[in-house]
Amino acid sequence: MIKSVFLGTFAAAGLAAGVAGAATLDDVKANDVLKCGISTGLAGFSAPDANGVWQGFDVAVCRAVAAAVLGDSNKIEFVPLTTQTRFTALGSGEIDLLSRNTTWTFTRDVDLKQTFVGVNYYDGQGFMIRKDMGVGSATELDGATVCIQTGTTTELNLSDYFRVNNMDYDPVPIETNNEAIQQYQAGACDVYTTDASGLAATRATFEDAEAHMILPEIISKEPLGPVVRHGDDQWADIVRWTLNALIAAEEYGVTSANLEKMAEGTDNPEINRLLGNEGNLGEMLGLDAEFARRAIAVAGNYGEIFASNIGEGTPIGLARGLNAQWTQGGLMYSPPFR
Amino acid sequence: MSDTHAHTVAYVRDTMLPPEVPPAAERGVIRWMRANLFSSWFNVLLTILGLAVLWSLLAGILPWFWNSVWVADSLSECREIRDALHGTGEEVSSACMAVITERWNQLLFGFYPQDLYWRPVAALIVFLAALGPVLFASVPRRLVWFTAAAPFLMYWLLWGGSIGGPLAVALGFAAAWGAFVLGSRFSGALAATIGAIVVPLLYWLLLTGPVAGLIGAVIPIELQFVPSKDFGGFMLSFIIGVAGIILSLPLGILLALGRQSNLFIINKCSIAFIEVFRGVPLIVWLLTASLLLNYFLPPGSNFDLMLRVIILVTLFAAAYLAEVVRGGLAALPRGQYEAADALGLDYWKAQRLIIMPQALKISIPGIVNTFIGLFKDTTLVVFIGLLDPIGMSNAIRADTSWQGINWELFVFIGLLFFICCFSMSRYSQHLERRLRTDHS
Repeated sequence: MIKSVFLGTFAAAGLAAGVAGAATLDDVKANDVLKCGISTGLAGFSAPDANGVWQGFDVAVCRAVAAAVLGDSNKIEFVPLTTQTRFTALGSGEIDLLSRNTTWTFTRDVDLKQTFVGVNYYDGQGFMIRKDMGVGSATELDGATVCIQTGTTTELNLSDYFRVNNMDYDPVPIETNNEAIQQYQAGACDVYTTDASGLAATRATFEDAEAHMILPEIISKEPLGPVVRHGDDQWADIVRWTLNALIAAEEYGVTSANLEKMAEGTDNPEINRLLGNEGNLGEMLGLDAEFARRAIAVAGNYGEIFASNIGEGTPIGLARGLNAQWTQGGLMYSPPFR
Repeated sequence: MSDTHAHTVAYVRDTMLPPEVPPAAERGVIRWMRANLFSSWFNVLLTILGLAVLWSLLAGILPWFWNSVWVADSLSECREIRDALHGTGEEVSSACMAVITERWNQLLFGFYPQDLYWRPVAALIVFLAALGPVLFASVPRRLVWFTAAAPFLMYWLLWGGSIGGPLAVALGFAAAWGAFVLGSRFSGALAATIGAIVVPLLYWLLLTGPVAGLIGAVIPIELQFVPSKDFGGFMLSFIIGVAGIILSLPLGILLALGRQSNLFIINKCSIAFIEVFRGVPLIVWLLTASLLLNYFLPPGSNFDLMLRVIILVTLFAAAYLAEVVRGGLAALPRGQYEAADALGLDYWKAQRLIIMPQALKISIPGIVNTFIGLFKDTTLVVFIGLLDPIGMSNAIRADTSWQGINWELFVFIGLLFFICCFSMSRYSQHLERRLRTDHS
C-alpha cells in the first residue's frame, strides 16, 4: 500500500481533476461498500448513537441506497464531512454519495459540477423568539437584535428580508448553532434565525421550551437533498429512484409492516412495478428487480423515516408541512414508476 | 578590675535561657498569612478581593458538580431526576454527568470496536514503558531497544492486520543502519549518509510489500484490522499528537542543523522548508491534507486521511522546533564548536557529543512549549471532519437525547488534555533540574 501511495503521488499531476468519471456503480459493487458523506453531527439528520452507529434522516438515505445496490444497509462507510470539505470529498471520489442537509442551489448544481438527485427535506429559514416579547409575526421584528451564523446563506436571506420589509436589525454574529443557543438563552439576542428544522430541534432542548415560539414566517427556500458527482447519470438515476421509491411507497401505502404482503403481488400495477413484480424497472437501472423492496425494508417508507427521526413523536417534533405527500398538500411528489 | 561586677551586680546568669516559643503572631500559619497575605493595607485588599472571586467561582462550580446526575438516558431525564431530588421550586444547578457515563467510550476511543478496547490500552502501556529509558536516567539503558521496537508494536496493536507490515517497515531502518555502517567503513561519511537515506527509501518503495507478505506467511500472527476511520476521540488526538511529537523532534533538529550548514543547497532547502511551513497556518495545512491532496492523487488511491494529517502536523511542528533548536545552537559560545574541531571530531561526532547536548538543554523549555502547543492543536482536525474529542462532542450533542449539553463534555475533554499537558510540563521541569550544571 505504501508503494502505491508514493507512486500515486508522482503519477498524480497528469491525472488531476476530472476524477472518477463514470461507473460509480461498478466501483461501489467492486468495493462492496457504499461511501456515504454525512454531517459530523446534526440533530435528527445524522448523529452516532451510544453504540457508534450513525442514525438520522440523512443517514437513512444512505442506508436505503446501500440496501438497493448492495443488498445490505450496513455495507456503508460513513464519512463525516464539514460544510467546507463536503463538495471536495464528493468531487475527488472520496465518497460516492453526499447526503448531508445540502441546499440545492443553482451554483452548486451548475457551477460546482454536481448533480442534485432530488429533495428529501424542504426546509426554510425561520425565526425563534421568546413568547414574552409579545410578537406574533416576523414583520414586527423592527429593531430586534438577531443571532445569526456568519458566512451562511441565512445571513444573506436575513438582510434581504429586513430590507424588503423596511426594518432594521442588530446582528449578533455567531459561529455555531451551539454558540447561538448560549447567546440566545443568555439574552444576548432577541431573535435566533436559522433553518426551521434546526430551530425546532434547538427549541426542543430548552428547559423552558414553552416560553419560546417559532414565528410562522419562512423567509427562504432550502431544499435539502442527496448529491452525486456530475457526469455519471446511471449512478444519479439509482440514487434518484431509490429516493423516489421511498416517497412513492408512502403515497401507495407500502409500509415496513405490509411490505412482505404487498411484495407478493397486489391489484395496483404501480405498486407491483415499484416492488418488482411487474416490468423490469430494476434491470433498466442496472440493479435487480427488488431494489426498491430492499430500500423500503430498511426503515420503511419516506413517512416512516420522517416520523422516526424528526417527526412529531421525536424530541425534534417537526410537522410534515411542506414535506407531506402532494396528496396531503405537501411537495413530496415522486414521478410515476412506469 | 575584673571583679568590679562582683561587687555591684547582685546576680549574673551563667547559663543560657532555653529559647522561648515565638509570640503567636510571629509563627506558624498566622505569620505566614501576615507575611504573604496581609503585609500591607493594599495586600489586605487584594487578598479579600481574591477570596471573594474564589468564593464566587467555587460557589458556582462545587454545587454544580456535587449535584451531578450520573445515570440517565437523556438530558431531559437528567433534569427530571434533578427536579425529583431537589424540587422544582428554587434553581438548583446540577451537572448532567450521565452523558459522560454513557459516552465516555466514544470520547476516549471514537468508534473503535468495543471488544478491542484492550488494544489501545495495551498500546498506551507499551508507549509509557517505552518512554522510561528515554526520559528517566534511573531506567537501564539497554531497554532502549524496547523503545526502538515500540512504535512498530504500537502501530500493530492499534491498527492490527498481519504482523508482517510493521516488521517489513522496521527492516528498512535496519537497512539504513547497515548502509551507514558499511558506507562509513568503505567510503566517506558523505557516501554513508547518502546511502543511509537512499537504501531504505528504495527498500520501502519497492520491497516492503513482498517482504511483508513473506513475513506474514512465515509468522502467521494476525490481529483484526481496524481502519483509521474508526479511530476517534481522545485516542485520535493522542496518536496524532504523540506521533507528531516523536517524529518532529529529529526532523526539527536536522532542519536546524541544515539551516546552520555551510552547504548551499542543504542550507537553502532547510530555510525554504522552515519558512514555508511556519508561514502558513496549521489549519490551512490540514485543509490541504484533506482537500487538495485528493485532487493531486489519482482517483481510487485512498491515502489514509489520518496519515496525511500526521505527516502535515509533523512537518509543521518540525519547522517550529527547528527554530527553537537553532536558538539553542546560537546560544552556544563559539569556543564550543572550535573545541570540538580542535579535538579532531568529525561533524556528526561533534554534534552528538558536544554541541547537541548543550544546545538541546538550553532549548528544553522552548521544545516542550512547542510540544504542548502541537498536542493541543490536534483539536483543529475537527475542521476537516475527523472526530477528535471536540468533533465527537459535537456528534454526541447531535443525538437528540443529548442536544444542548455543553459544559459536562468540555470539562471532561479539558481534564484529559490538562493531564497530558501538565505531565509534559512537570517532566520538562524535572529534566531542567536534572541537567542543571551550575552550582547555584
